Amino acid sequence: MPAVSKGDGMRGLAVFISDIRNCKSKEAEIKRINKELANIRSKFKGDKALDGYSKKKYVCKLLFIFLLGHDIDFGHMEAVNLLSSNKYTEKQIGYLFISVLVNSNSELIRLINNAIKNDLSSRNPTFMCLALHCIANVGSREMAEAFASEIPRILVAGDTMDSVKQSAALCLLRLYKTSPDLVLMGEWTSRVVHLLNDQHMGVVTAAISLITCLSQKNPDEFKTCVSLAVSRLSRIVSSASTDLQDYTYYFVPAPWLSCKLLRLLQCYPPPEDGAVKGRLVECLETILNKAQEPPKSKKVQHSNAKNAILFEAISLIIHYDSEPNLLVRACNQLGQFLQHRETNLRYLALESMCTLASSEFSHEAVKTHIETVINALKTERDVSVRQRAADLLYAMCDRSNAKQIVAEMLSYLETADYSIREEMVLKVAILAEKYAVDYSWYVDTILNLIRIAGDYVSEEVWYRVIQIVINRDDVQGYAAKTVFEALQAPACHENMVKVGGYILGEFGNLIAGDPRSSPLVQFNLLHSKFHLCSVPTRALLLSAYIKFINLFPETKATIQEVLRCDSQIRNSDVELQQRAVEYLKLSSIASTDVLATVLEEMPPFPERESSILAKLKKKKGPGTVSVTDLEDSKREGGELNGGGERGPDTAAMASSNASTPSPSADLLGIRSAAPVGAAPASAGSLLVDVFSEAGPAAPSAAVNDDGFLRDLEQPTATCDSLLVEGSGDSDSAPPSEDPAPPLPEADELLNKFVCKNNGVLFENQLLQIGIKSEYRQNLGRMYLFYGNKTSVQFASFTTTVSYPGELQSQLNVQTKPVEPLVEGGAQIQQVLNIECLTDFSDAPLLNIKFRYGGALQNLTLKLPVTINKFFQPTEMTSHDFFQRWKQLSQPQQEAQKIFKANHGMDTEVLKAKLLGLGSALLDDVDPNPENYVCAGVIQTKGQQVGCLLRLEPNSQAQMYRLTLRCSKDSVSKRLCELLAEQF
Amino acid sequence: MIGGLFIYNHKGEVLISRVYRDDIGRNAVDAFRVNVIHARQQVRSPVTNIARTSFFHVKRSNIWLAAVTKQNVNAAMVFEFLYKMCDVMTAYFGKISEENIKNNFVLIYELLDEILDFGYPQNSETGALKTFITQQGIKGQHQTKEEQSQITSQVTGQIGWRREGIKYRRNELFLDVLESVNLLMSPQGQVLSAHVSGRVVMKSYLSGMPECKFGMNDKIVIDKQGKGGTTEDTGKSSGKQSIAIDDCTFHQCVRLSKFDSERSISFIPPDGEYELMRYRTTKDIILPFRVIPLVREVGRTKLEVKVVIKSNFKPSLLAQKIEVRIPTPLNTSGVQVICMKGKAKYKASENAIVWKIKRMAGMKESQISAEIELLPTNDKKKWARPPISMNFEVPFAPSGLKVRYLKVFESKLNYSDHDVIKWVRYIGRSGIYETRC
Repeated sequence: MPAVSKGDGMRGLAVFISDIRNCKSKEAEIKRINKELANIRSKFKGDKALDGYSKKKYVCKLLFIFLLGHDIDFGHMEAVNLLSSNKYTEKQIGYLFISVLVNSNSELIRLINNAIKNDLSSRNPTFMCLALHCIANVGSREMAEAFASEIPRILVAGDTMDSVKQSAALCLLRLYKTSPDLVLMGEWTSRVVHLLNDQHMGVVTAAISLITCLSQKNPDEFKTCVSLAVSRLSRIVSSASTDLQDYTYYFVPAPWLSCKLLRLLQCYPPPEDGAVKGRLVECLETILNKAQEPPKSKKVQHSNAKNAILFEAISLIIHYDSEPNLLVRACNQLGQFLQHRETNLRYLALESMCTLASSEFSHEAVKTHIETVINALKTERDVSVRQRAADLLYAMCDRSNAKQIVAEMLSYLETADYSIREEMVLKVAILAEKYAVDYSWYVDTILNLIRIAGDYVSEEVWYRVIQIVINRDDVQGYAAKTVFEALQAPACHENMVKVGGYILGEFGNLIAGDPRSSPLVQFNLLHSKFHLCSVPTRALLLSAYIKFINLFPETKATIQEVLRCDSQIRNSDVELQQRAVEYLKLSSIASTDVLATVLEEMPPFPERESSILAKLKKKKGPGTVSVTDLEDSKREGGELNGGGERGPDTAAMASSNASTPSPSADLLGIRSAAPVGAAPASAGSLLVDVFSEAGPAAPSAAVNDDGFLRDLEQPTATCDSLLVEGSGDSDSAPPSEDPAPPLPEADELLNKFVCKNNGVLFENQLLQIGIKSEYRQNLGRMYLFYGNKTSVQFASFTTTVSYPGELQSQLNVQTKPVEPLVEGGAQIQQVLNIECLTDFSDAPLLNIKFRYGGALQNLTLKLPVTINKFFQPTEMTSHDFFQRWKQLSQPQQEAQKIFKANHGMDTEVLKAKLLGLGSALLDDVDPNPENYVCAGVIQTKGQQVGCLLRLEPNSQAQMYRLTLRCSKDSVSKRLCELLAEQF
Repeated sequence: MIGGLFIYNHKGEVLISRVYRDDIGRNAVDAFRVNVIHARQQVRSPVTNIARTSFFHVKRSNIWLAAVTKQNVNAAMVFEFLYKMCDVMTAYFGKISEENIKNNFVLIYELLDEILDFGYPQNSETGALKTFITQQGIKGQHQTKEEQSQITSQVTGQIGWRREGIKYRRNELFLDVLESVNLLMSPQGQVLSAHVSGRVVMKSYLSGMPECKFGMNDKIVIDKQGKGGTTEDTGKSSGKQSIAIDDCTFHQCVRLSKFDSERSISFIPPDGEYELMRYRTTKDIILPFRVIPLVREVGRTKLEVKVVIKSNFKPSLLAQKIEVRIPTPLNTSGVQVICMKGKAKYKASENAIVWKIKRMAGMKESQISAEIELLPTNDKKKWARPPISMNFEVPFAPSGLKVRYLKVFESKLNYSDHDVIKWVRYIGRSGIYETRC
């Protein structure tokens, strides 16, 4: 940059700035600025033209005022004028003002572009640079449109100065980043790549940033850069520190360029050409060698530059993952850094080692540093470094060192930061499971985990223990013994109580021989925790108690006593109350054989991917758990626990109420709405057989993946009626597709829609169902809107429409399938086409099933399709009406109802309702103006049914008399029923 | 209650810091500086909440006084205290400035200890304070026991604002009625809002413990008397002269029970200067000046402004210190002004034309016309045309308030109402007196 000559000092500007600095208050500053602005305005307004110097000075002042945070709305023209000046300083200020203040939609943009074009085509390198800087600083789409084609030409032209080339390369990079579609390299590609060979290191450094960015987008076009980059790199690496003169930074030759070259190479796979590859390997070795050399300077800049290159080289080695020798050397190098006194270096070393550990070549080498890493976990002061150390331990863990690592992580957990505890817990749980050779060790570990960090142990972790314990009979006895001991601690975490309750309920008999853990002792131990637990845990404990009755008949009296007490049987929580009542009845009515069948031991769980791993993946986001990890877990996890997530998970699903997602896990998997044994289907059907003469066809015991679930819920209706009301009619047992029984409020919901077509059909915490419908003649179309009110997606979202009773032949509903996934907060739409074949009285059922957070939600509603929807209004005179009224005089054609008003007797409301009904509301028909008279024809496919209606309100008694006469008697009855609910 | 009190200079440096309660930490001092004094926005709320701590501040010239509390205090009480604090400081060392505060910091801490106890405001009557907090530090030692006990009994007694045994050779009384009139007027001359806030300030130099009774032309009192009396002419005169006071507050010496029952203002006055009452009226206000603006835009680059002011009071009275402020657009590049009277100047730093007239008699009229040249800008926003504002001082009360009597009774000493020399003065000033253009 040319030196600023003395005459360009701009004293006025300096004075102004010092005035501003000396202002004592904000108000004084504003006053000074206002004064200056007025001065500049009068100068710019003045008739005589300003010279370049004063123009520059005032533009500078404006810029300063703008940067202080005040609006500037003039002076742009003067700044643009400065662009055409021949003086560097004036041009520079002009460009500065433009790049700071001019927005892209300004009308001056044409003038500015013109000035930039002139400068670009001038032969003056400083002017060209200024123009390029301005383009890059503004960097808008408009700039890209105007100059994207021009700049590559400047970049590759032979006669362009080096400094201009640098600016051009960086300017192009900036334009490419803002609008990649406008920057088309095409013909320039090879020449841009050849800039890597440029003599000038600055040009190479600038060009390589551009090439890296471009080759990330289209790697194939820039493939040739690999060999050039390698040769460039080898020239730099092998040069002595003095060779590069200006580009040597604290004895390190061109560190920035080296890093960029290494990063560029990371965009490509290892070179195929042997020679190139050999050269690259040589370079990498040299870099590793240099790291071993004693430092040439004690300055921190020297080691920083050197380490930057080293780490970049190590990432390249990891990226290639094909040179065992280099990988091991890199690992050793990082091992040295692990004990370096620089914290940042330790962090970087741990981080790089994490990726190294996943490579098969270097895994063993990484393992040798285990002691150091464990030490880091314990002694490191910075939490982020400790976190990295924990990550590395997780990554380096395998069968040989699992016990040690898990033990260390467990001991660290006691003192770990709260922020990383949950993740640590998951990791420990996964490692313990993945590398468990000895299941007693696994059970110990997890129980320890729950003891140490109970709050951070998620549901998945303890589900998993139970799954494994149930699937492995060799460990059940040990598990029972261990939990029994663990529960004896005075303060137990709730998760421990859950595990204890479940395991003792299942396998308490295995340790009952010992007098110290006799059945009664076990029960008392569990029950001592009962009152300290939350509702879901209590529910689980109640289930454990009923299992106790089965396991140890001698405890029956005690447990029945407990169940009978008021705090259980009259508990304010519905779930607990219901369980207490049902278990009490079950234990007193059923014979021991029945009990033994109902409360059979849980069957083994089918294989599935570990739910914990899924949770960790979700928590850390994709990418952090590497693919090999996953495969490992599938392979190893699969072989060793033949169990997947079925157990408590499914129990939880089954037990969670259809409408409320309370995650109450449960031994028996009892749903609050409809209790049923969670024992497999055979047991369930047996139960039905035993208790009910009118049992439906026993549900098929097919055990396919999710068939299990359905089986679980299948006998709902019958059991419901059985256990709650004694024997009920099982006719209403749903068909084998098995939706839940309609909600109790379904009828009420239906009534809401008799007189209206749109609205919210249903709503709970999870789901909202909106409805919109239109009808013409005997056809209708209904739009259902399912809205997910949670932030979690619903999986396997399905809806089915079913026809209870004879409805099948009366109504035809065609549905289009919905998408199975509903994202959190999203809404999906479903269209239903409805055809009325003949008159009908029941409403079709809509069953909705989906998984919310793993738990199946099952919901059945009545679709608000009623016979009156197919009304066609008919206008008629009073005479006609009464004539027809008399024609329909047979007693069965008339339906009459006298009822009390449920709502106010407001005329307008009544009218609106009658209009919403679909028939025509006739005025001046009835001699009594208080009365309402309607007429219409119900259109079905087979026939048309004429309907006449009279509604006589008696406002004194708050009563109505409703009379309907239709040509078909069933219609008048149904309509009468429907309407009676409306007023 | 008030947890602490800080005084800052314009830069935000702390001059005085007195913390009364433990819940106010040192960081509160910085919080106020960072969030209020150094805040970027121009308009600052007098009450600021930062991290569950409330800051109440007033500004006197370049000095910030801030009261801090973590409790839910009565904000009006805090501000009343801050104003009192300003009065006390002014009474002790004159103008509140950085220099004065630095020079008197010992005195200020002493005062703060006296007028605020554990955050609860105490006696802040200057007259009483001056008896025991003096600027000559040694005086306290020379006071006799008797004197000290007298001070104690006076300060803690029923009439804390006046000590006994005051003697003057000449019993004299000065009464000032100070009013500020606020107005917002539409360009067509329609009054959009107007009110007067006034103060009655007294300076009394009376011997002994005199009982005073103050009477003014309050509508309620006059009407009551009119009813009580028999003649109609009192009613007639009251219709013209009495004023309706919207609300008023009194000095603590006024017996409020008597005011409530009889609406008579009777009191034992403090010695020296004090504010007897404050009041506000909104009806039948005499607007001393009328501003008639005329703004014409000639093309995009020129603006013509003509403003006429008319004085609207008795020709015998003289208004003083008249200043009219005509805002100019933000892109003004030049102004030419012609005025018949006074001096007018374009002040670029304030974006306004300021027209000053020293004196103007009643029922007169004066005019200014200005040509404003504008610089065309890219900005499409129209000029918002802020209102023209005015400042003045007139020798009457725009609310119409008249002092009817001020009687002094002193039973023990033998001087009567007639022996007291009384002076009454009315000053009406402009508050925010604006006319839209």
